[in-house]
Amino acid sequence: MGTIKIRGVLAVIFAALMLAGCASTETEEPETEVAPQPEPTQTQTREPPEPEEPKQRVERGKLVIDLPGEDGTEELEGVVYFDFDQAIVKRGFHEELAKHADFLTDNRGQQVRLEGHADERGTREYNLALGERRANAVRAYLVAQGVSGMQIDVISYGEERPAVGGHNEAAWAKNRRVEIEYTR
Amino acid sequence: MAELTIEVTQGVDNAVRIAVVPFDWRGRNALPENVDQITSADLTMSGRFETLPVKQMLSLPNESDEILFRDWRLLDVSYVVIGYMEPLDYGIRLHFELHDVFKQSMILSQTIEGGPNDLRDMAHYVSDVVFEELTGIEGAFSTRIMYVTSTGGVENPRSQLNIADADGHRVDTILRSSEPILSAAWGPKGDRIAYVSFEKDRRPAIYLRNLKDGTQQQLTNYKGLNGAPSFSPDGDRLAMVLSKDGNPDIYVLDLQTRRLRRITRHYAIDTEPSWTPDGESIIFTSDRGGQPQIYKIRLEDFQIERLTFEGDYNAKATVLPDGSGLVMVHRRNGTFHIAFLDLRRGRTTILTETSLDESPSIAPNGSMLIYATQVDDQGILAGVSIDGSVKYQLPSTEGDVREPAWSPGKRKNFEPVLR
Repeated sequence: MGTIKIRGVLAVIFAALMLAGCASTETEEPETEVAPQPEPTQTQTREPPEPEEPKQRVERGKLVIDLPGEDGTEELEGVVYFDFDQAIVKRGFHEELAKHADFLTDNRGQQVRLEGHADERGTREYNLALGERRANAVRAYLVAQGVSGMQIDVISYGEERPAVGGHNEAAWAKNRRVEIEYTR
Repeated sequence: MAELTIEVTQGVDNAVRIAVVPFDWRGRNALPENVDQITSADLTMSGRFETLPVKQMLSLPNESDEILFRDWRLLDVSYVVIGYMEPLDYGIRLHFELHDVFKQSMILSQTIEGGPNDLRDMAHYVSDVVFEELTGIEGAFSTRIMYVTSTGGVENPRSQLNIADADGHRVDTILRSSEPILSAAWGPKGDRIAYVSFEKDRRPAIYLRNLKDGTQQQLTNYKGLNGAPSFSPDGDRLAMVLSKDGNPDIYVLDLQTRRLRRITRHYAIDTEPSWTPDGESIIFTSDRGGQPQIYKIRLEDFQIERLTFEGDYNAKATVLPDGSGLVMVHRRNGTFHIAFLDLRRGRTTILTETSLDESPSIAPNGSMLIYATQVDDQGILAGVSIDGSVKYQLPSTEGDVREPAWSPGKRKNFEPVLR
């Protein structure tokens, strides 16, 4: 198990500090029930009390997360928006991307398709390249979080498939995007 | 079928007044097409002629000795086209003449023969001959335009690849898909095309299609972008954009040997390759300088030269047939226009007043270009002369129209027969 996501690593280090003296290495089983995390990923727990319902699952290509308690579920929008002619993943999307990364690192067999898009301004082929650059930026973000590149498929539609019609800034802002689609 | 109609929005100031007199048909059954009216419409659409409506004509001559030049002088007409058509065993013979009203002399006379379905082609041929004789510019009325039509909006998008006559008539749908079709390019002989489609597995691939027999083959299937195909002037090679090696670069595929050669090697976006007329260099769009600009790379030694310096967005350039300049998409004050860059003087001139302009494609005569624009929330095609003096639009009856590509040659040519 050579791949460990950064959050997991931090959790292990934190746990190691708390239990000073307990000599664990990063490649061992994570120490259970230590350092509670906001998004617990306990799929590797050896003796689960009973088979739990998965807290995260894929529905119609989207990631759905059960909220704690009786608060129902949260369906992640799965869309990252960009500034004009830019491919920088803005800070506001880091939290959602971390949730996708968690799910993908916990489910190595899960594939995801990143669809890059551009707004209608500028030329079509340049926009195809720009859409790919955006999708690659999201891919790089997920890979840095521990997701395997093998799980990610990048494709660009350029300006060919706008999310909304219209020829104004409001429409363009919605069309400069990367859509995260879970495929299998 | 969604046909395009031509509306001239700006003609030259000193348009030449010409009259195309109805051609007399000496056969029995009525003809399916009105040849003289097609010619008249062609000349009007060029923006360089003002054609006299038939209703205003004082006489309707069909042969030289029937022309009363006084009639035409009275109507302030400078040139008169007359003609007549006769049935052949299988087809039609058309005789036409061009007369100079002021000199009271015949400028030219020709006879051509065509099949029963060639009437539109024969009319465009007459337009080409008359146009070239009077302007010195080769006519482009017999050429075709390839374009993509999209319908269904955001909810149910459908794409069609169409080919129509330059006047928007005789639309032929080559391809239909619910996935994007784009970047269609003509081979230099006009007998085959290359295009990008997402039809297979929702991934882009470049296809080569023979227009004569309708056969096609998939040329590329690489990971990432497979786009922007452009035929070399000799038709033996196809330049394209692939991102299989990490980021978009220009490649050239030899269509015979199928050997693929990488041309650019840069971490920036390199795209929209287009050949120089001598086939020795490729011009392309790159944002290696921070923003998209036009560059030229010599294939012999990969020497790169930046061509555009004015403005912060220059893309999708095509070199004129004589190599004197290029047309491209140029952003000024936040608006995208089509611009002409004079390579000798280094001057950029904006040719269009519309917005969201893209995909300029030059007519084989090098004097006009067609492009895609947005008018009243509809994607339409529009034309403009390279000198900016003539402008026209081609609204479609249906859907958004985009990505025009002007065919390199004529749909049909005729050899004048001796009589």
